[in-house]
Amino acid sequence: FTCKANVLITTHHAHRFTGANFKCCIYCWVTDEEKQYVGFATLPNQVHRKSVKKGFDFTLMVAGESGMGKSTLVNSLFLTDLYKDRKLLNAEERINQTVEIIKHTVDIEEKGVKLKLTIVDTPGFGDAVNNNECWKPITDYIDQQFEQYFRDESGLNRKNIQDNRVHCCLYFIPPFGHGLRPVDVEFMKALHEKVNIIPLIAKADCLTPNEIKKLKDRIREEIDKFGIKVYQFPECDSDEDEEFKQLDKELKECTPFAVIGSNTVVEARGQRVRGRLYPWGIVEVENQSHCDFVKLRNMLIRSHMHDLKDVTCDVHYENYRAQCIQEMTSKLAQDNRMESPIPILPLSTPDVDTEKLIKMKDEELKRMQEMLNKMQQQMHDKEQ
Amino acid sequence: MQSFVAQPDEIGWPYSSQGNEEKRNLSLGGHVGFDSLPEQLVSKSVTQGFCFNILCVGETGIGKSTLMNTLFNTMFENEEASHYQNGVYLRPRTYDLQETNVRLKLTIVDTVGFGDQINKEDSYKPIVDYIDTQFENYLQEELKIKRSLFNYHDTRIHICLYFIAPTGHSLKSLDLVTMKKLDSKVNIIPIIAKADTISKSELHKFKIKIMSELVSNGVQIYQFPTDDETVSEINASMNAHLPFAVVGSVEEVKVGNKAVRARQYPWGVVQVENESHCDFVKLREMLIRVNMEDLREQTHARHYELYRRCKLEEMGFKDTDPDSEPFSLQETYEAKRKEFLGDLQRKEEEMRQMFVNKVKETEAELKDKERELHEKFEQLKRMHQEEKKKVEDKRGYLEEEMNAFNKRKAAAETLSLSQPVKKDKDKKNRSVNMENQSGVSASSSKVMMAKANVEPLNCQSWWQAIQCCTCLVHNATWRPGGLF
Repeated sequence: FTCKANVLITTHHAHRFTGANFKCCIYCWVTDEEKQYVGFATLPNQVHRKSVKKGFDFTLMVAGESGMGKSTLVNSLFLTDLYKDRKLLNAEERINQTVEIIKHTVDIEEKGVKLKLTIVDTPGFGDAVNNNECWKPITDYIDQQFEQYFRDESGLNRKNIQDNRVHCCLYFIPPFGHGLRPVDVEFMKALHEKVNIIPLIAKADCLTPNEIKKLKDRIREEIDKFGIKVYQFPECDSDEDEEFKQLDKELKECTPFAVIGSNTVVEARGQRVRGRLYPWGIVEVENQSHCDFVKLRNMLIRSHMHDLKDVTCDVHYENYRAQCIQEMTSKLAQDNRMESPIPILPLSTPDVDTEKLIKMKDEELKRMQEMLNKMQQQMHDKEQ
Repeated sequence: MQSFVAQPDEIGWPYSSQGNEEKRNLSLGGHVGFDSLPEQLVSKSVTQGFCFNILCVGETGIGKSTLMNTLFNTMFENEEASHYQNGVYLRPRTYDLQETNVRLKLTIVDTVGFGDQINKEDSYKPIVDYIDTQFENYLQEELKIKRSLFNYHDTRIHICLYFIAPTGHSLKSLDLVTMKKLDSKVNIIPIIAKADTISKSELHKFKIKIMSELVSNGVQIYQFPTDDETVSEINASMNAHLPFAVVGSVEEVKVGNKAVRARQYPWGVVQVENESHCDFVKLREMLIRVNMEDLREQTHARHYELYRRCKLEEMGFKDTDPDSEPFSLQETYEAKRKEFLGDLQRKEEEMRQMFVNKVKETEAELKDKERELHEKFEQLKRMHQEEKKKVEDKRGYLEEEMNAFNKRKAAAETLSLSQPVKKDKDKKNRSVNMENQSGVSASSSKVMMAKANVEPLNCQSWWQAIQCCTCLVHNATWRPGGLF
């Protein structure tokens, strides 16, 4: 079914944008009946059209120790090869390794939708022998992006603001232990109020399904115990269909996702798929019974990418901004405190001294008034 | 497998011109899935709901309310405005509409009294003030420390429909002046109201005249955007039809076998939705179905930004070059704050000083009063004492006299005992008189006799003298003759 603008209507679109009596597509409005309507129901279409034209951007940060499969996962997620010609350091070089921040930006397009994707890599995290505060460069980087945005937003000319704020941080937990390690806990606690954290169990092909389940439960428990606020999926609308709600529920129960990535394409079950070839079998990245890669991809890219951006803008950035402004005003207050004893904020309540003075004067006045009255009374009596 | 490469010169593409980070166009090995991003955005906006604000400017009775009713197919409640308003005032009303699953918060702002006054020089002011106030409110919300922009009820005017009277000649002077004042603050779409009084040929000439007047006076009306290929054609063709000649009606008339919205005249029926009768359908198409989102965007990105920039510059902020270190907004803010606090401090000192002075004054006053009262008290006391003394003196004197009298009486009595009877009688009389006398309490030993009305008495005794006067008079003389 093609419409006026010769755009093919897919059932998905038909579901989201139609009411009972209309068939419509993204770019025009074709009515079944001659119904009297105003037409502002095309607003979603207009928004859609404009957003496609403008394009999107997204910044993803990956963090975790070396060798957890971060680069491989990113390549698998975006079906491309971002890390050409990488130089890997050996153990000796890593003893005093500091954490670097490396950004890769790519423009990708799919079905007319343009995405400017930025991957922020953190090589060196957790690699040194002494990892005290190894997350500091990362928090500094995130704060820097917030500050840059804050500055731009407060400037006079706001036409071309670039949004480099980090929208999501994938944190890779090694599968070899029994849950979260101290460095994992400290890292997540340092970052959970600055960025959306999605914890992942890396290299999940070394765990059997039971072990995975145990590890997930353990990690979820520890996250609760330490009060770490990881990214929460928003509740789905009550008017979504049951299938969607079911999927959503399953998704939420599966966190943290146990993922496997692969850069190579192998032949499995007659198809060419991304996977890892072992003597005992082939692990397929996109097989839901092998790992949670598909769930991660769907969640991260296909359904919650925009929500991640929104939470960053509306929650993390606003917190940063509020904090920033308050710090500045309190600093100002401290500078001023040398000059005057008057409290800076709020200014409506008067000094304690002034109040005492006022009280004293009040009482004196009262006393004098009474004396006056007494004397007048006396005179009055005497006259009589 | 398809490979896509982005074209670098597309408008609106978030392109970074700082080239120190390598940016590549990559080809994707399969379907990643981010093509659903627009849908994600749309579903979020649908849940949030949309907001649209229309300002209708035009003379009283030109058909603003009717057109709104016709456009939105609803009877918005409104009373007819009178022609006798003192000035122009704006009346905003908000309605919640819904169509399929899209919710719209529509605010219609009416200019009541526009064009009715005899002197219309200030007519545009309330309108400009209202628009600025809405911008100001948004700016204030944006500058707050704890702000919630995503659920802020946006009241900024997205579109101003300017109703031109169908004179057939040209714009009125008021129209030109008003539109000139509004064109940098709001998107203006001029429309010719009550277009069923103009014939087709007259209309054509009228439109050309209006547009040329607008152009020659530099009035910037809203141009429908032609940069998006999907709608550029239709927008471009509509741009040529401005200003739209509209007819509004909420009454339905049966034409053929359908009931359409129309105006029934003896000579025919003017159908609102008939494109050959008027441009209503074009207006609806452009305003609501195609460009509503663009209007909102223009308001936010152009008009609001301009207002904001002017306002901030007024407050003393300057723009920084990209490579200058200090963060001018924050620093200027701090400087202003310091200034403000300094002012406040000074004012407080002044007030304190004033207060202290006032208290001192009042104290001094009260002290004076106290002293005065004291003096008065002393004075009265003294007077009292004097009077008391005088009274005591007189009493003493009186007592003496009484004593003296008693002595004499006693002497006289003893004398009368050894004397003849006649004298006895006299003495008895006298003693009676004495007795009478003894019951009197004398307040004064001076007896005044009235000169006027009373003849000088020859009283035998002063007691009688007293008894025959009814009053004590100042200038009476005291005759010593009649006294004892």
